[in-house]
Amino acid sequence: MPEDSKHILTSFETDLARLRDMIAAMGGMVESALSDAVRALLSRDAELAARVVEQDQKVDAEERVIEQFAIRILALRQPVADDLRHVVAALKTTTDLERIGDYAANVAKRTIVLNQVTPTYPLASLAQISRLVQENLKLTIDAFSESDATKATTVWRADQMIDDLYTTIFRELITYMMEDPRNISPCTHLLFIAKNLERIGDHATNMAELTFYATTGKSLPDIRPKGDLSADYVAPQT
Amino acid sequence: MPDAVARIEPVAMSDAAIPRIAVRGLRFYYGETAALRDVSIDLPDRQTTAMIGPSGCGKSTLLRVLNRMYDLYPGQRAEGEVLLDGENILAPGIDLNRLRRRVGMVFQKPTPFPKSIYENVAFGVRLHERLSRAAMDERVEWSLTRAALWGEVKDKLKQSASALSGGQQQRLCIARSIAVRPQVLLLDEPTSALDPISTLKIEELIDELKRDFTIAIVTHNMQQAARCADRVAFFYLGELVECAPATELFTAPRERRTQEYITGRFG
Repeated sequence: MPEDSKHILTSFETDLARLRDMIAAMGGMVESALSDAVRALLSRDAELAARVVEQDQKVDAEERVIEQFAIRILALRQPVADDLRHVVAALKTTTDLERIGDYAANVAKRTIVLNQVTPTYPLASLAQISRLVQENLKLTIDAFSESDATKATTVWRADQMIDDLYTTIFRELITYMMEDPRNISPCTHLLFIAKNLERIGDHATNMAELTFYATTGKSLPDIRPKGDLSADYVAPQT
Repeated sequence: MPDAVARIEPVAMSDAAIPRIAVRGLRFYYGETAALRDVSIDLPDRQTTAMIGPSGCGKSTLLRVLNRMYDLYPGQRAEGEVLLDGENILAPGIDLNRLRRRVGMVFQKPTPFPKSIYENVAFGVRLHERLSRAAMDERVEWSLTRAALWGEVKDKLKQSASALSGGQQQRLCIARSIAVRPQVLLLDEPTSALDPISTLKIEELIDELKRDFTIAIVTHNMQQAARCADRVAFFYLGELVECAPATELFTAPRERRTQEYITGRFG
């Protein structure tokens, strides 16, 4: 929304600002959940992981609150044009954020399980994908809060790197499993963790697309550069 | 105007509909005051075009030009072209009676004649056509049916129209307008004096009528424009700012002024 022209109806202006703040706050909750989950994974901190799992309920509750508030705006204010686009984007963004919260919680749950075995594999690639995903998530939340289509486009483009990295991790983990069947169980958990992170990247991209639409009224192209080739990967026969 | 058809400029239409009315470079003056500045707009056949904008933006003036209603007032003049099926209706020598039969108009407040329901509909028809009693009965029934009023009044056609409710009176005025079988129907805030249910009935009627007529509606109610128009034109200070399909205009208007007006940010 352009900052220089305000709505004649102050209460409508207040409602829209509040909706935006609620998304920013929920975004903050989800960002913390993800960063804590990643920290717990890399530092093998089961306690922190347990807290992330526990906190997810708050994220779910926040989604319901935002959803109700957005529906209230639709019903009572009947927004049009950019106001309508922002309310719809907020409504969909909150769903994306809730899913991201779920994935972060799942990373944490698997971290608790992984802590019960001795690690025999490096986590450098996972640390790297985590960093990229966290950066993208932060950027996409900022893009929404600031109605910044340029930032949204940056997120949208950057997701390919996350996909590429995920494919690499997938191959790496398959290799560990083939080396020693005892690795299968922990590596499967790591594989799911990597997949969760990659999915978080996808949701961040969704949010970027929504911000771009809300801000410009135009859609980003349907076809985005895709880097996740793991669906086509077949491990070499031994 | 033998060359009038040839002078219609080709206009890119998103929906490829044929314009029944093509307004080209229209300027309108109340004395020295310009009320419309170089307006060009198409009214596609069998579609509803809504005109929106703040008071004094020129939307009602445009409607009054389309059937030369302004001719009744001295000191008002129009320049440019308004082509109805290719014929410039602003040209001198145009038969105004014939024009107003082709372009009907309904006003903000219902204006029934102090006559019976039947006579309200038959009156205008008699000015233009000589129909047998049976043919006139048929025309009255057709008009009232098309105006979604027949069921409510068929047993009291001889009663005074002033006994009807506001919403019924407005539908009677629409019946009266369509009784002479116009091509274009101009509606100037037709529901602003009506309750929400009567309003919806008129809107439903507009939806029905656009199958046969070209409709232009001036409204202050944005939701109404969104509900019943195919295309919406936004006017400001006598200029046409933007004309676009309703969905486009209400979700992603091209012009900043349109966006500010429809979202209630006009200062």
